[in-house]
Amino acid sequence: MQKNAASLASWGNYFHYAHKCHSPEWRYQALPAQASLLPYGMGRSYGDSCLNENGTLIHTSALQNLIAFNRETGLLRCEGGVSLASLIDLTLPHGWFLPVTPGTKFVTIGGAIANDVHGKNHHRDGSFGCHVRCFELLRSSGERLLCSATENPALFSATIGGLGLTGLISWAEIQLIPVNNAFLEDESFTCDHLDDMLELFRASRESHQYTVAWIDCLASGSSIGRGIFSRANHCRSKHLPQSANIRPKKSVPFFLPNGCLNRHTVKAFNAVYYRKLMARQKNSRIDYDRFFYPLDSLHHWNRIYGRRGFLQYQCVLVKDARDALFALLKKISHSGQASFLSVLKELGGTTSPGMLSFPRKGMTLALDFPNRGRETLALLSSLDEIVRESQGAIYPAKDARMSAEMFANSFPQLETFRPHIDPAFSSSFWRRVSNNKPEGQAT
Amino acid sequence: MSKKIFISGATSAIAHAFARRYAVQGAHFCLLGRNPEKLAIVKDDLLARGASSVETVVIDFSSRHDYTATVNQAWQQASGFDIALLAQGVLTDEKRSHTDLAYLQESFQVNALSVIQLATVLGEKFAEQGKGSLLLISSPAGDRGREKNYVYGSAKAAVSVFCDGLRNRLNKTGVQVVTVKPGFIRTPMTTGFDQSGPLWADADVVASDLENAIIKGKSSLYTPWFWRYIMLVIRHIPEFIFKKLSI
Ligand SMILES: Cc1cc2nc3c(=O)[nH]c(=O)nc-3n(C[C@H](O)[C@H](O)[C@H](O)COP(=O)(O)OP(=O)(O)OC[C@H]3O[C@@H](n4cnc5c(N)ncnc54)[C@H](O)[C@@H]3O)c2cc1C
Ligand SMILES: NC(=O)c1ccc[n+]([C@@H]2O[C@H](COP(=O)([O-])OP(=O)(O)OC[C@H]3O[C@@H](n4cnc5c(N)ncnc54)[C@H](OP(=O)(O)O)[C@@H]3O)[C@@H](O)[C@H]2O)c1
Repeated sequence: MQKNAASLASWGNYFHYAHKCHSPEWRYQALPAQASLLPYGMGRSYGDSCLNENGTLIHTSALQNLIAFNRETGLLRCEGGVSLASLIDLTLPHGWFLPVTPGTKFVTIGGAIANDVHGKNHHRDGSFGCHVRCFELLRSSGERLLCSATENPALFSATIGGLGLTGLISWAEIQLIPVNNAFLEDESFTCDHLDDMLELFRASRESHQYTVAWIDCLASGSSIGRGIFSRANHCRSKHLPQSANIRPKKSVPFFLPNGCLNRHTVKAFNAVYYRKLMARQKNSRIDYDRFFYPLDSLHHWNRIYGRRGFLQYQCVLVKDARDALFALLKKISHSGQASFLSVLKELGGTTSPGMLSFPRKGMTLALDFPNRGRETLALLSSLDEIVRESQGAIYPAKDARMSAEMFANSFPQLETFRPHIDPAFSSSFWRRVSNNKPEGQAT
Repeated sequence: MSKKIFISGATSAIAHAFARRYAVQGAHFCLLGRNPEKLAIVKDDLLARGASSVETVVIDFSSRHDYTATVNQAWQQASGFDIALLAQGVLTDEKRSHTDLAYLQESFQVNALSVIQLATVLGEKFAEQGKGSLLLISSPAGDRGREKNYVYGSAKAAVSVFCDGLRNRLNKTGVQVVTVKPGFIRTPMTTGFDQSGPLWADADVVASDLENAIIKGKSSLYTPWFWRYIMLVIRHIPEFIFKKLSI
């Protein structure tokens, strides 16, 4: 099953690599004998962590089987290629929901584990890896290792957040959370200043399971950090439906042209999105799809950035987070390069088993930058300085350009992780950050 | 009431996608296939999705069998079926069949005879019961012989004609007999091809069309729908031109 894999890309459309592709049809099948290998889920990582230039991608799209679902306990075991979208469809009608979800439901279980993804509830529930009971890891040696906190615990920890480098997760078991219906009670506030926003995060920590804010990156001076704060809890009522009326999806059918037109459309896209958020009532009941996945309603929205693609920058700020955040926003606003909106979330103190897990106690900011080449890379490198000073980290799932040094700085357990890498596995990201090539040469 | 469903070639991607749609509704299944490992995976998947029960029967369709006994046993165990889907098939290695007649025969056994024999027994059972839906997966390849796949295609042609005839015969019994002709579907059978491009569809598209065909009582369908028009054109190309083409 060797196919040409021109269509396998990452979400930022920043890299255009040639790959070979292997699509296992059944989970008992062996890995192909060649190196280098890298699992590929739905390519929702932005940079090159799901790419393997001139190597083989193990596309998991056929590994869609459930293995067991206990409707009484919410324990679910399924293959690594099952998407969060299909899991919700299957489990929500029985009163179970994902314990943690990223801002898109088009990601696989394998991808969610390999990046140890986080959601708007990290301050309360930790990352995805905190809810994984066990999984089977298929190594290039042909071994199938059951990994959990008690069995092969080191490989368990290495694989959660392990960027697909430790082997193929053929199946995994996760603990779902009980919900009464498909709705959330959402409250939104407009904030004029960063400090108001941070105060709301603090004040909502105990009372709300989900918190998030959208910051207007074009604001400057005293308005820096203005935006919308939203907090929510699952709706308790037992009399509401357990499924949502999912909106018909629209799609961006082709890449928009680069350049000026593109610059305006990106801003317009963000402005429309912002207005949609503003239009949400202050207190509203909202279905899970609109609440967690507002961007999923426009398929291929990444194409509005044109063929040159875009870069997402996501960092976590740890020490003196407020001041560091302020400094970042100031620099971004001054540069005029960001595409208007950024997302701010609070990360809590629950530690994940993952050795290379990105989430850690602090504030995490994520925003998009249209790819303007050197200018953009220089700006992002200067942002790295602020992150480094704050003893923070850059998120590999979003990254296309951080230096090996920044990577090592971001992940103190890197040397503990290294021996667990499968010798036949590698990625473009890994080759970039595990040696000392200067930044920004990857294109 | 949850449906009782008989599927042969149950590990086929199309059949599995079809079964998943009924599993969430709590259906009972009897699955026939040759590979016990695959059957076990499909069984667990259907149960986890909500199937009420799943029986599996290991059987290889490339040799002769007493299908009457096989069907009788399954029928008795389930006390009848509402739906039967016959999905087994192999993409014949056409070159090999030019010289290897045993292989040609085996390929016919799987693609045509096993389907026709199972359908014969099931047809009688459904007729006795006075209701039910019997779906046979044929192929547009059976509509007209082409250089590239006429051995496969002629076996599918046999299935199509048989299916049409059976429908005609069972017309008054209240039994629905459906001839199914899928286009280019991304499944293990077609992984050797470049599966990108607008003509290619996923197995679930076929599954959804089949579910619809049952609800609407259809007799035959191309799936996705546009293959009907593609085949209309192909069937109408005059032979003196067609024989020179390589399509
Ligand atoms: C709109 C949008 C919003 C997002 N929001 C968030 C968010 O809020 N929080 C967050 O944390 N992330 C977020 N992300 C990032 C996304 O959740 C992660 O990149 C996720 O890992 C993508 O999953 P995937 O299935 O597409 O995997 P891919 O991107 O294809 O792969 C990701 C990594 O997982 C590995 N992998 C995939 N499958 C397996 C397997 N079976 N076994 C072993 N390794 C495997 C790959 O090798 C690669 O290293 C967002 C992305 C988008 C596009
Ligand atoms: N995919 C297409 O584009 C397409 C187009 C038109 C028609 N069709 C028809 O659709 C049906 C389903 O095929 P698919 O596309 O879903 O491909 P598939 O996944 O390869 O399914 C083929 C099925 O037939 C089974 N089979 C083959 N030889 C067998 C044998 N000797 N004994 C028992 N079982 C045997 C296979 O079992 P194993 O899993 O054990 O191999 C498998 O379950 C077939 O009849 C095919 O001809 C497909």
